[in-house]
Amino acid sequence: MVLSANDKTNVKGVFGKIGGHAEEYGAETLERMFAAYPQTKTYFPHFDLAKGSAQVKGHGKKVAAALVEAANNIDDIAGALSKLSDLHAQKLRVDPVNFKLLGQCFLVVVASHNPSLLTPEVHASLDKFLCAVGTVLTAKYR
Amino acid sequence: MVHWSAEEKQLIASVWGKVNVEECGAEALARLLIVYPWTQRFFDNFGNLSSPTAIIGNPKVRAHGKKVLTSFGEAIKNLDNIKGTYSKLSELHCEKLHVDPENFRLLGDILVIVLASHFGRDFTPACQFAWQKLVGVVAHALARKYH
Repeated sequence: MVLSANDKTNVKGVFGKIGGHAEEYGAETLERMFAAYPQTKTYFPHFDLAKGSAQVKGHGKKVAAALVEAANNIDDIAGALSKLSDLHAQKLRVDPVNFKLLGQCFLVVVASHNPSLLTPEVHASLDKFLCAVGTVLTAKYR
Repeated sequence: MVHWSAEEKQLIASVWGKVNVEECGAEALARLLIVYPWTQRFFDNFGNLSSPTAIIGNPKVRAHGKKVLTSFGEAIKNLDNIKGTYSKLSELHCEKLHVDPENFRLLGDILVIVLASHFGRDFTPACQFAWQKLVGVVAHALARKYH
């Protein structure tokens, strides 16, 4: 699927509004994902997943940074996330279905913190963007 | 049969008690048609779906959204027999409406996002868990009689 000019504007707008809260959103996204989809915890046996975990916060920061990077390089997400794509293919091998779950939780976080930001059009654009990120991260799986 | 803990039942009921079924239903269906435009294929007779504004203002979308979410209410009243509650609707969606069950999952996810936008921080991770479980169970029940 292709991101239209409108989609790109909408996505940049969202991340512009989120601004410095991106790290916090990243952590909450993970917290919600582990709560709503317990099977996702299987990728983090080495983490303390209790509420407020420093490891989850730290990892949420990384996830958010990647999304911000993708949004800032929205014309070439594959290029921007190339190293992360290699990492997921060779080392992490997170099943592709989980990217959709993460995306769902990120949308829930944005919706719950900024309901007025997530208009239906922006929702559509952000959903497409998150799909595109997932596609890039799993592109080299086989 | 699906097992619901007391906490899950309470989380579902407490959210549902504050939901404006007409507004939420309309919004969820409109978002489904906007975010996943291919879902419009089921609504050829709904008139103008040409833009997000048209979809949101479309009275048939609003009415149908209300109908769909009202039916959700039946599931919530019968958490211990969602399969039975949706048996006939499942047959209908298969035999008459020919709806791919994947669409039930898409609508369920959208509903969760709509609830999050309405309830903000009150829509806690535990709440989201209970509601993701509920929409999953409803989607499964609606697909159950497909053949």
